[in-house]
Amino acid sequence: MAFPETHERETRTLLSRHMGEEEARTLDGWRERGGYGALEKALEMEPDEIVTTVKESGLRGRGGAGFPTGVKWSFMPEKGDDPHYLACNADESEPGAFKDRELMRWTPHLLIEGCVIAARAIQAEHVYVYVRGEFFEVIRILNRAVTDAYEAGYLGEDILGSGWGCDLTVHVGAGAYIAGEETGMLSSIADGRAEPRIKPPFPAQSGLFGDPTTVNNVETLSSVPMILDNGADWYRQWGSDDSPGTKLWCCSGHLNRPGNYELELGMPLKDIIHDVCGGVPEGRQVRAVFPGGSSTPILSRDELDCETTYEGLSEAGSALGTASPIVMDESTCIVRAMRRVAHFYAHESCGQCVQCREGTAWVTKILERIERGGGEMEDLDTLYDLCEQMTGKTICVLADSVVFPLESSLDKFRDEYEAHIKHDRCTATA
Amino acid sequence: MSDEVELHPAVAGAQPYMRAETQGENSAPEDAPLFDDGAGRERLEKVLSRYPTRRAALLPLLNYAQERNGWVSRPAMKEIAGELDLTPAYVHSVATFYTMYNQRPVGKYLIQVCTNISCDLCGGEEVLERFLEETGTRPGETSEDGLYTVMEVECLGACGFATVVQVNDEYYEDVTPERVPEILDELD
Ligand SMILES: Cc1cc2nc3c(=O)[nH]c(=O)nc-3n(C[C@H](O)[C@H](O)[C@H](O)COP(=O)(O)O)c2cc1C
Ligand code: SF4
Ligand code: FES
Repeated sequence: MAFPETHERETRTLLSRHMGEEEARTLDGWRERGGYGALEKALEMEPDEIVTTVKESGLRGRGGAGFPTGVKWSFMPEKGDDPHYLACNADESEPGAFKDRELMRWTPHLLIEGCVIAARAIQAEHVYVYVRGEFFEVIRILNRAVTDAYEAGYLGEDILGSGWGCDLTVHVGAGAYIAGEETGMLSSIADGRAEPRIKPPFPAQSGLFGDPTTVNNVETLSSVPMILDNGADWYRQWGSDDSPGTKLWCCSGHLNRPGNYELELGMPLKDIIHDVCGGVPEGRQVRAVFPGGSSTPILSRDELDCETTYEGLSEAGSALGTASPIVMDESTCIVRAMRRVAHFYAHESCGQCVQCREGTAWVTKILERIERGGGEMEDLDTLYDLCEQMTGKTICVLADSVVFPLESSLDKFRDEYEAHIKHDRCTATA
Repeated sequence: MSDEVELHPAVAGAQPYMRAETQGENSAPEDAPLFDDGAGRERLEKVLSRYPTRRAALLPLLNYAQERNGWVSRPAMKEIAGELDLTPAYVHSVATFYTMYNQRPVGKYLIQVCTNISCDLCGGEEVLERFLEETGTRPGETSEDGLYTVMEVECLGACGFATVVQVNDEYYEDVTPERVPEILDELD
C-alpha cells in the first residue's frame, strides 16, 4: 500500500510531513524527527496555558462539526475529585473520509503525543482511543506505538519525571457508523450499544462513565503538537481568520488522482478537483460533488468556485464536514448516487428515533423505486415531506445527514429526477 | 505483536479479531470456554484493569471471543455475561448491534466488498458481483468447501482507493473486477 502521489500545491510540511516514511512509525524514528518535543514543552506549561495557545491558534475540530478545539477544552470543569477523560474519535466512517487512517498508520506517535498534550490541558487521567474495528493494520501499528510509548515513559505515571501522568487505552469498535457520533461512542465504550443520547448534558459535564469528558478527532489531536512547537501565530499563517491552518483533504470518486492531500484551507474547490486531483476522466465534465463527505449538501458544476474554508463552503450552501469531496462526473446517475447514500444512513440508523429509523428507510425505498423505473411525480413531494419531518427532531444528526444531500439534490437536479420518473430510467447518463 | 513483546494492558482489548490468515482453518471449538485457560484469564484481567466498570470490558471481550473462534457463539456470550455481571440477553443485544461480530462461522476467507458511494462510483457493485460469481456463492453465504464468505460492507474508510475490499484482516485497494480471479488465486 503506497501513499498516494503528491502535488506541488500541497502543504506537505506540516501534518502529513512524515507520511510515507516507514521509520517515522517507530519511536526512535519519531524522536529523530523531533517527536515528543512538544510534549516536553507541554509538561512545563500550566494546563490553562495549553488551552489558551490552542484557542489562539484557532484550530477547529476535524471530526466534521468544526468546533474550535481550545474553546471545547475550556468547557471542562475545574479538576476536582472526579476523573476527567479524553476520548479520541478514531472511528472514521463518514463515506468519503479516509484521513485518520493515514495519520494513524504513518504517524501513530504524533497522535499519542497529541493525546497526552490534550489530556494535560483538560487534566484527564485516562485517554481512550476508539478505533473502528475494520482498521486492523492501523490497530497493529498503533498498539506497537502505544506499547513503546509506555516503555519510554511518554505514557503512564510520572511522564518524563514531571510528576504528572496519564494512561491511554486503545479501544476497538465493531462496525457501526453511529459509534462515530460522540455520545454514541461514549455509550459504546461504557455500555456496549453505540446509542447516542440527548445533549445537554454535554460530554464536558457528563461524559464517559458520567464524568467530564472531551471528545476529539484524530486529525484534531494530531494537529496539536505542531501548534505547541511553533506557536499560535505560526499556525495562523495558513488559511483564513476563521479557518486557520491546513487540512487533510480526502478526494474520491471520479478523479484522475484521488487520495489524501494536505492543503492550506481556502483553496477554491475547483482547484482541488482539477489541479490537485487532475480532474475527472478525459472527455467528461463534473456533474456534482459532495464537498465534505456524503452527509454534506451536494454542489453542482456551477458552484465549485467556492473557497474551501468552513465559512466558504457554508456560504456556498454546503459544509466543509470532513473535507472529503466525492466527485461525480457525467456518467453518474444522481438518483442512484442518492439512493446509495440514503441506503447507508438507513442501514446505520441506531433506531432510537422514529423519524430517523422510519424516515431513512422510506427515503431509501422511494429512491430505489424511482431508480428502478416505478416512480411517480408525487414521490418527489413525499421526499420533501420526509426531509422536513426528519430535520431537527432527532437525538443526533444522523437523520439530517440524509436530508442535507437529498434535499439539495432534489433542488438542484430536479430535472434528472423528473426525467427518471417520466422515462422509467436514467436519461442523464445515456 | 503479542509474539514479540508481552501484551501491554493498554492494548490488550485491542487485538485484531478478524481471522488472520495465519490462524489456520481450525479455530478453537465453539464451546471451549474462553476464560478457563491461562491465556483467557490473563486477557480478561488485563482488559478489566483499564476500565472503572466491568461492563466497559464488553466489546473487548466480544472481540476476544471472535479472535479465538472466528465468530461469537451463544455460549461465548453467556460466559462473557457471567464475567461482567450482565445478562446473556444484554450481551446478545450488544453483539447484534454491530456488523463485525459473526453470528455464525464464516469461511476461511471472509471477503467484504465496499459498495458505498465512492466505491460504487468506481464499480464496487461489479467487483462484488465478480467475487460472488467466482466463488459461486450468494451474499453472506459460505461456499461448500468452507473457503469463502462474500459480503457487501459499508464504507471501509479508504475511499480514495476504490474499490476497497477487506479479506479477513487485510485491505485490498483499487480492486477492479478483472483483478478478482488473481486475488482469489493468491489466497489459496
Ligand atoms: C452520525 C455521526 C457520525 C460521526 N462520525 C464521526 C467519526 O467517525 N469520526 C469523528 O471524528 N467524528 C465523527 N462525528 C463527529 C463527532 O460527533 C464529534 O463531533 C467529533 O468527534 C468531535 O471531535 P472534534 O471536535 O475534534 O472534531 C460524527 C458525528 C455524527 C453525528
Ligand atoms: S437520529 Fe438516528 S442514529 Fe441518531 S439517535 Fe436517532 S435513531 Fe439513532
Ligand atoms: S466508499 Fe468504499 S471505502 Fe469508503
